[in-house]
Amino acid sequence: MSAVEVVGLGKVFNAGKASKVDALVDINVAIEPGEFISLIGPSGCGKSTLLRLIANLTEPTSGAVTVNRKPAKQARLEQDYGMAFQQAGLFEWRTVAKNIELPLELKGWDRSKRRARAREMLELVKLSDFADHMPWQLSGGMQQRVAIARALAAHPPILLMDEPFGALDEMTREHMQAELLRICAETKTTVIFVTHSIPEAVYLSTRVVVMSPRPGRITAIIDVPLGSARDLDTRESGDFFGKITEVREALRGAEYGTVGHTTTGHSLGGADDR
Amino acid sequence: MTARLNPVLHALWPPALLGALMLSLWQLIVRGFDLQPYFLVAPTDIWVALTDNWSNIWEAMQVSGTNAAFGLLFGTIAGVLMSFLLSRFRIADELITPMSIAINAIPAFVLVSVFNNMFSSTSEVPRRLMVTLVVFFVVLVNVAKGLRQVEPVHAELMRSYAASGWDVMRKVRIPNAIPFLFTALRISAPLAVIYAYVSEYFGGAQNGLGSRITSNIANSKNAAGWAYVTGACLLGLAFYLIAIILEAAATPGGRNRNREGS
Repeated sequence: MSAVEVVGLGKVFNAGKASKVDALVDINVAIEPGEFISLIGPSGCGKSTLLRLIANLTEPTSGAVTVNRKPAKQARLEQDYGMAFQQAGLFEWRTVAKNIELPLELKGWDRSKRRARAREMLELVKLSDFADHMPWQLSGGMQQRVAIARALAAHPPILLMDEPFGALDEMTREHMQAELLRICAETKTTVIFVTHSIPEAVYLSTRVVVMSPRPGRITAIIDVPLGSARDLDTRESGDFFGKITEVREALRGAEYGTVGHTTTGHSLGGADDR
Repeated sequence: MTARLNPVLHALWPPALLGALMLSLWQLIVRGFDLQPYFLVAPTDIWVALTDNWSNIWEAMQVSGTNAAFGLLFGTIAGVLMSFLLSRFRIADELITPMSIAINAIPAFVLVSVFNNMFSSTSEVPRRLMVTLVVFFVVLVNVAKGLRQVEPVHAELMRSYAASGWDVMRKVRIPNAIPFLFTALRISAPLAVIYAYVSEYFGGAQNGLGSRITSNIANSKNAAGWAYVTGACLLGLAFYLIAIILEAAATPGGRNRNREGS
């Protein structure tokens, strides 16, 4: 009973033209409930496209995506996932609380129920004092916390994040990573997280999916058994650095186009898997 | 902070100061070089003519002001409605936008003359139509832009919420277009007044500021002519002030975000 299951997924842009791009080729991955999965790889490896396919923001050329045991489109229509992007994307004409209420408004919740949920979410992201502030009055990190609160407002079982901390400075970023782990543990949310940062992927994830470009494919899936309680000490542990090295080597292998530099025995994407 | 508390006052004092300086300079030049009234009238003489003729000027201001207000109102309504249509249906956009540009390129005097022939010579309708048309294009272009310029991240979020087209319109496009509407109003308020005056030059009743200015100057009553010009400036300023007060009232603080930084 996977939270997200991707089978034989392919995506071609500009099919039939000279500018045809194989964005993704034969992607297979199964994500269990409660997992934290990072997608990492160089630009053009299709990691954001894969996330957008799971979110049904774009349609696949081949293969199938199952989210919360439903076809991706149905899962989107039933708001089975929340989503956060690199830009917080808050609506600047709405207060912080009203931003968090937006997905609930669209679900047709009544006002008092929305208010109560927004309060609960603000408490979760520790911004209770800022309910009536306008987005521009908040720092970048605070805006991103509001975006996460908004993504989780309807209590979706799955959270999809596309480089949500990419625009933040390193200190804020590490703080946000710790907060995200706490929030996900409290809410028992399954997370798929796109990132460029190796330490970020290792610190957050239960598994790191390494991808490579031209064509976009999965080259390795690396287990990160650092336990569920991760803190500052985790970042300084030998195991942590070991995993960083492992991911880095997998990425380097991906860069040179060799498939499968991994010590773990997961099913990989790619031609030799068929 | 004061800029946000009192935007009207803040917007007003630099031009007021500059205006006072220019008036002083003007007075000095006229008196210093002993310029004759047919050449240039001194501000003090204009002031005398203004107070002497105030009731007539005030009446003319009401006539032109009413025409401008009608045009502003109907032009805004029509512009907003049309921009909704354009943003909703691409085919309407493709059909109407080139036509709007073509109509907009016709000189005002041609249109007013055409309108004058359509209605009786004492009718104010041609002038109101002219103003409506000018305001309509300004509002149409700006509001349509606001309705269309949805940030990609907002569009993707709304799609992830399974929002309908109508939801996106209500929750994203319309709020997004509101600052654009007020920008359009700020631009078109003085334009409405100017086109109300200009359209009086091409026939019709001789009761507005535009026709009064022409007839006074034509009769060498230069001071009175300038007094009516002063009335015209005051009316234009009043329209502009109302537009920026409306803008400030409708967008408390939130729109200052770019200036405040984040």
